[in-house]
Amino acid sequence: MKYDILLCGVGGQGILTIGHVVGEMARRAGWRVKQPEVHGMAQRGGAVEAHVRLSEAPVHSDLIPRGGADLIVAMEPLEALRHLPLLAPDGWVITATESVRNCAGYPESAALLAELDALPHKVLLPVADLARQAGSPRGANMVLLGALSTRLSFPEAAYGAAIRDLFGRKGDAVVQANLAAFAAGRAAAV
Amino acid sequence: MSFDTRLLLGDEAVAQGALDAGISGCYAYPGTPSTEIMEFIQRCPERRERPLHAQWSVNEKTAMEAGLGMSYAGRRALVCMKHVGLNVAADAFVNAAVTGTHGGLVVVAADDPSMHSSQNEQDSRFYAKFALLPCLEPGNQQEAYEMTVYGLALSEKLRLPVLLRLTTRLAHSRADVRPGPRRAPNELSMPDNERRFVLLPAIARRNYAALVARQPELLQAALADGFNAFRPGPNRALGILAAGPAVNYLHESFPRGICPHPVLKISQYPVPPELLRQLLDSCDQLLVLEDGMPLLEEFLNGPLGDPRIRGRLSGQLPRTGELTPDTVAAALGRPVRPSRPASELVMARPPRLCDGCPHIESYKALQEVLAGTPAARVFADIGCYTLGALPPFEAIHSCVDMGASISMAKGAADAGLHPAVAVIGDSTFTHSGMTSLLDAVCENTRMTVFILDNGTTGMTGGQESAAAGRLDSLVAGLGVPAAKIQVITPLPQQHAANVAALRQAIFNTDGLAVVIARRECIQTAKIHKK
Ligand SMILES: Cc1ncc(C[n+]2csc(CCOP(=O)(O)OP(=O)(O)O)c2C)c(N)n1
Ligand code: SF4
Repeated sequence: MKYDILLCGVGGQGILTIGHVVGEMARRAGWRVKQPEVHGMAQRGGAVEAHVRLSEAPVHSDLIPRGGADLIVAMEPLEALRHLPLLAPDGWVITATESVRNCAGYPESAALLAELDALPHKVLLPVADLARQAGSPRGANMVLLGALSTRLSFPEAAYGAAIRDLFGRKGDAVVQANLAAFAAGRAAAV
Repeated sequence: MSFDTRLLLGDEAVAQGALDAGISGCYAYPGTPSTEIMEFIQRCPERRERPLHAQWSVNEKTAMEAGLGMSYAGRRALVCMKHVGLNVAADAFVNAAVTGTHGGLVVVAADDPSMHSSQNEQDSRFYAKFALLPCLEPGNQQEAYEMTVYGLALSEKLRLPVLLRLTTRLAHSRADVRPGPRRAPNELSMPDNERRFVLLPAIARRNYAALVARQPELLQAALADGFNAFRPGPNRALGILAAGPAVNYLHESFPRGICPHPVLKISQYPVPPELLRQLLDSCDQLLVLEDGMPLLEEFLNGPLGDPRIRGRLSGQLPRTGELTPDTVAAALGRPVRPSRPASELVMARPPRLCDGCPHIESYKALQEVLAGTPAARVFADIGCYTLGALPPFEAIHSCVDMGASISMAKGAADAGLHPAVAVIGDSTFTHSGMTSLLDAVCENTRMTVFILDNGTTGMTGGQESAAAGRLDSLVAGLGVPAAKIQVITPLPQQHAANVAALRQAIFNTDGLAVVIARRECIQTAKIHKK
């Protein structure tokens, strides 16, 4: 079994946190992991991506080859489209529908969403809304993680443990908020 | 297996390797993609157990020299920098090969092929060759850990510095790493022959001859110590030479990672000729996979070229940019997987200054002052403020290397350009701007130096700046008279005052003037508030 996941978004949206949770969970399950991330200049409001490669067998390349991603998971719809060439023909796109319009010539939302909606396998979610409704306005990335979890074989409890470990330092309220956001995303995607 | 592994970035694996190998100190100046090595060591629990130097240095040269000093005193040290940092440290690095070392000394240079966050894609392996030093190039995170441990031992055995080369992909990719046993740090001790550190010509000549004479030992280590490996294969039409992480893309190209060709994997330099001979004798043609510049390919081609050798020079692979699984698969002639075309809606999303960044107000004021003066040129430098080159500001005319703003403005002013303005950040100023400013002070050059003091090294993630709390006294100490130093606050409500101050400095001062714009970086301010 293996999952090649392309995580993407805009600097500051919490993409790398999703990667940490999934990677750490896979490691605990005894899987092999490779996970290249964008650090540095691009984090300043630019396009950010992380390749997450999880496999029961050794992983060779750090980067996912073109046409090899099982999933594109995006915090921003234009960023989801940016990486389409990486997606396997039967791969899934799970994306937030809310745009971050911080670059010149950003397309119309309708055109953007229509192109995403035309894909054979997709989940389009208003993650910021769902996070707010779950009482976790800063947990939009955990909503997306919840949606992603429905496409992976790891048990639900494993996510909870990983989220607790990641946010435990920041206190129980933060942990609960993130767990609620995760649950909202999971419910919305099934 | 899951319990004794940790998910570590390549950088963090190097840091953990150095800790387990018993370093007594890390010396570094931040620079993508090397920064996370020092940051990991700063956070590590070992720091609570024993003395361990983990402070940022002012620049890569001082880091390299301090590392050599710690080695002189018998203790092990790690020195880290990005590739262009090795240019700054090169004087110390090359001469440290001539003095030799005492305690183990590993110098990490993190290269950035494809220039994700850099001005060029220079290949640090050339520096090792140039300095006649061993170079290690780990292929994955586990090797990054093991080769750091090995590199410190090799350095102690050869009594030479060892260069460890990383590239962005490995440095910034996480994988499960299994750490090994811990070694105790060294005690303080003096080198066997202290005269070898005195590079007077008579001694330097002797040392250098010895360094040249010892090259066979370096080759022997690269042959015997297990990081270079030849593996025969049934399909001898093509042999593969894969350096460092390139071997991963090779294996990715074949089902279950099984490559049918003979493969020589190189992770340690200088490359033993017998291994190259073995590979060449076992294939008709040879594909060289290496990240960065075509160092091995050029070496194998020789000055006259060799039609058997394929790679970046022959056009099988792009001449520039990092290798990818796709370019390597194409060079191997592997079938292309079906994939979707790029969407036509997608456009670039470049990084930008954070909302509320103090640099925004600094540039707004500068733009207003220079608006009616098309002859004005703004020589800028490296940091977040380089983003002032992009819309909406498009306010700067150069960004070359750290410190170049002030020296270039001086040269342009010497040539008669007016107004010549230098824009430089506080960390860049202490890294390399102070010496440039002294040049301008010595001649009272007619130019303005605009120092953007946000109290931190913003671009690389907010490390402390050596200028913090002492920038004004540094500028004054270099000899700028108090009357020619103004301090402004880059806030919107201060705009008029800031414009007046800059106008005074640029148009109404004869000779050198300095304006310091002081307000904390929004990102570090957020952290400090917590
Ligand atoms: C020789 C060299 N070392 C390190 C770097 C990486 N680097 C780029 S900008 C920067 C720091 C800039 O800090 P500062 O001048 O304070 O500006 P800020 O980003 O805070 O605006 C560093 C360390 C580099 N480009 N060149
Ligand atoms: S990190 Fe700090 S200095 Fe850099 S753009 Fe953001 S606010 Fe400005």
